[in-house]
Amino acid sequence: MTSVLSAVLRAAEPGRSLLDAVRRLARPYVVRRIFGMIPTVVFISIIIFVVIQLPPGDIVTSTLDRLQSSGVEVSAEQVQNLRAQFNLDKPMHMQYLHWAGGFVVGDMGYSYRYSRPVNELVWERLGYTLLIAVSAVFFTWIVAVPIGIFSAIRQYSIGDYTFTVIGLIGIATPHFLLALLFMYAAYEWFGISIGGLFSPEYREAPWTLAKVWDLCQHIWIPMVVLGLGGTAATMRVLRANLLDELNKPYVVTARAKGVRPVKLVLKYPLRIALNPFASTVGLLLPTLIAGDVIVSRVLNLPTLGQLLLDALLTQDMFLAGSIVMLQVILIQFGLLLSDLVLAWIDPRIRYE
Amino acid sequence: MSEAIALPAGAPAVQAADEQQLATITPRELTWRRFKRHRLALASGCFLGVLYLIAALCEFISPYKPETRNVAAINAPPMLVRFFDLDGRFHLRPFVYGYDMAVNPDTWMREYTVNPSKRYPLEFFAKGDPYHFWNLARGERHLFLAKGGYVHVFGTDQLGRDMFSRVFYGARISLSIGLVGLVMTFVLGIVLGGLAGYIGGWVDRAVQRLTAVLLSIPQLPLWMALTAALPPAWSPLRVYFGVTIILSLFGWTILARQVRGRFLALRVEEFVVAARLIGARKMRVILRHMLPNFLSHTITTATLAVPAMIIGETSLSFLGIGLRPPVVSWGVLLQQAQNYQVIVMTPWLMIPGLFVVLAVMAFNLFGDGLRDAADPYNTGGQG
Amino acid sequence: MTAPVLEIRDLAVEFKTDTGLTRALRNVNFDVPRGEVTAIVGESGSGKSVTANCIMRLIQPPGRITGGSIRFAPTASQAFDIAALEDKDERLLDLRGGHISMVFQEPMTALSPVHNIGGQVAEAILCHREVSKEQAWAEAAQMLAHVGIGDIERRMTMYPFEFSGGMRQRVVIAMALVCNPEVLICDEPTTALDVTIQAEILTLIRNLQDELKNSVIFITHDLGVVAQIADHVVVMYQGRVLEIGTVRQVLKQPVHPYTKGLLKAIPGVVDPGERLATIASVVGDADITTPFPLIKLSDGRQVSLPRGHVPAELKP
Repeated sequence: MTSVLSAVLRAAEPGRSLLDAVRRLARPYVVRRIFGMIPTVVFISIIIFVVIQLPPGDIVTSTLDRLQSSGVEVSAEQVQNLRAQFNLDKPMHMQYLHWAGGFVVGDMGYSYRYSRPVNELVWERLGYTLLIAVSAVFFTWIVAVPIGIFSAIRQYSIGDYTFTVIGLIGIATPHFLLALLFMYAAYEWFGISIGGLFSPEYREAPWTLAKVWDLCQHIWIPMVVLGLGGTAATMRVLRANLLDELNKPYVVTARAKGVRPVKLVLKYPLRIALNPFASTVGLLLPTLIAGDVIVSRVLNLPTLGQLLLDALLTQDMFLAGSIVMLQVILIQFGLLLSDLVLAWIDPRIRYE
Repeated sequence: MSEAIALPAGAPAVQAADEQQLATITPRELTWRRFKRHRLALASGCFLGVLYLIAALCEFISPYKPETRNVAAINAPPMLVRFFDLDGRFHLRPFVYGYDMAVNPDTWMREYTVNPSKRYPLEFFAKGDPYHFWNLARGERHLFLAKGGYVHVFGTDQLGRDMFSRVFYGARISLSIGLVGLVMTFVLGIVLGGLAGYIGGWVDRAVQRLTAVLLSIPQLPLWMALTAALPPAWSPLRVYFGVTIILSLFGWTILARQVRGRFLALRVEEFVVAARLIGARKMRVILRHMLPNFLSHTITTATLAVPAMIIGETSLSFLGIGLRPPVVSWGVLLQQAQNYQVIVMTPWLMIPGLFVVLAVMAFNLFGDGLRDAADPYNTGGQG
Repeated sequence: MTAPVLEIRDLAVEFKTDTGLTRALRNVNFDVPRGEVTAIVGESGSGKSVTANCIMRLIQPPGRITGGSIRFAPTASQAFDIAALEDKDERLLDLRGGHISMVFQEPMTALSPVHNIGGQVAEAILCHREVSKEQAWAEAAQMLAHVGIGDIERRMTMYPFEFSGGMRQRVVIAMALVCNPEVLICDEPTTALDVTIQAEILTLIRNLQDELKNSVIFITHDLGVVAQIADHVVVMYQGRVLEIGTVRQVLKQPVHPYTKGLLKAIPGVVDPGERLATIASVVGDADITTPFPLIKLSDGRQVSLPRGHVPAELKP
């Protein structure tokens, strides 16, 4: 596989943009990879369909339960109609084909619980999900990279030890605990009632400057909570990678030819130490979609992750299945993107 | 130049003697020596040992059973175990002060004040709640109890249950429930990865393909669907246990990849080739020469996987899709602290969270120490 | 003879290790004559490379220069002590690569794997001179051609892993010489290469030296190489200098028992089939571990021996 990639990318120079490289040279490769994904995705979609169907009961039985508990009598005929309406009377493989067929043409089906098309529900939340996730990733990088570099250069200094301890605690703290602590802090010190992305009065309001400002006041908590989770791990790994690289002979060579200390770290080892992270760029895609379900739940954020959790709990099959399938497809594309990014930043990979 | 002359000429000889000594100790000893140098890892190991011991003996160590309610102390804050009374007098037998409870007329919250006249000395190995130790033996002795009153070192929850007892009963579940699944994960990972790496060919391709598929399936939906799909008659504990087992069927992929990689790399290592050339049988080559080379690595990975298991349990239970009451685990205990009002009013309900953080940190440090110690090329000069 | 370009006096280096302090260098003294090749020979751990790293100030913790001076005189009027410079001193950054550069033992790892060849050579220029990138690139191309790399334009955009060991060493040499430094330190530049390539690289270094007239410090444990390339020889053992002299003096007529041992231990000196002498067997019970001060002999060489052990005809 990589040999194909190498052949294709051989003439791609660094300095040209990634997009450029893909456009000029990698197109046949990318096309092949995309076709290669199809069987995997189909196979996984079957697994997901089966798994989601596994729990006993379906949307009709749960609707019936609800109706009956509120004292409404439902006749057998009505039940039949309901089943037919949701295609539940058809055999399993027909149901699958119906769902998968819709998915291919961009129709993700119909949510029973919300009585709305899944497409609408997903689009509605996609913006917020991306906003939160992207800001969290930015936060992670902006905090973790300088600290990682500092810790590596000043190894065993007081600062290094401090960050190491903070990092260890950070890695050991579950995200939801962090979220709780932040809510507590925000409430105690700033008097902000946390939860959601908006204050109640703006929740349904049209977009105005005041609403944007309100959003800014709320978004920092999910940003910091989600970001910090990754920060601790990122800075530890970066420190370790960088320390490995700093001892390599080529760094000494660069020092011997008079490269200045700051540049020495930034230009040479950092670039290699960042490689593993660059390759995870693709894997960020799926997490961007689902986000951290648990944090979304605690902070009551309108993300797809929350929607997924609800859908799974209420057996809203199309909704759950579609979100999961979106994730799966993004994982596949993410892996491809990772390979491309890695080949672009590390010339060795093109040939190995 | 006189300074240099002052140095005994025998210095290099001493060094040589050191090397000789190093050469005569076994690799296992060497690993142990390196590990001992990691003070933090050693301390973490001890901490985990104590934690598991407490978890194993929790019936005895906790003063109460986890479901025992003390209606006189609902949402009571932690009690201080004292040696000095409020007059500054020393008592050899530690004691606690009881609480006076009053309902705040404004907030309708219970408020507790220390009442110095209620002095409850601690009694050791005292008779208290009867328990069934590991379902093996009956007992009623507890490590400590308060004579004539109650002792809640970590406070109590909304139902007046002793948090101290609940934290340790929770430790038993949280620290152990994933272990069986973990072991299965590792056996699967090593066997499948090993087969793929050693046999190669279509076996390798099949395992690789399967790995790629399994890695692409998001865990959470899988988890929830499986939880819901297991027989409803099962207890929550059994369901959770079942799911960890099923998930291990999906979780072996990353380890399998690592093992496969190691196998491929080791197969062409010179010492393995050499072993083959002197006529060692295949199984011997694998077991004697290759396995030890990645076993330490694997064990370390396993150690580092335990914290993920603990965090997994806590997070899922916290969400309400893992363990459920009446099971007592750290995640279940933290369910009580779902919002910040709880944290503001009764911060001691977060104590299980503290234990989660400590346990996970200890496992990470321990694993790091093991990894460094097990690496034969790590001379540890600066470590 | 003009004044030496480098004068090393009482140089001492210590490394902190688990078992205590290790003295890597103890009172090292020697001069590097201007415009000639000085070889430092010795077995592994004798302090050759540490000495070189001191001159470049590349010693890093846990190692530390604990005493002595390295007087560097690019011209007679502007001499300064390298050992005394602050880490952040501009002169130090200017020195590395600008006035003194180094060629390393391992060409396989001495180049950055993710930057192309041309960029790495051009960077050496950009570090020391205010020139445009294009100018630097052009000069780098010239230098690369000079060290015998063909098809320059294409090769400059290639990466180190696409080069053979010998080619990489040529690149490293080009990188070291591109700023025309006064001193070139070669730290076992041929050890990692196979024999035919070794010869090529040696010839290259020798020819470049003839042409550029810079001073070369050549570190090696191979006395054959010394004979081929050096004008002067410094013999080191256990972090000390045992003997300093011209190639002729040291190789033909060694005075110090350790030097004698080294020479006897060269394969090819004894007849085929005979056991090779070990240093220990030649040295016998002569004391080579006590650090005697260097004394100057009548023919100009220096040796670390008690006065009584010096052959009568060389007594100062």
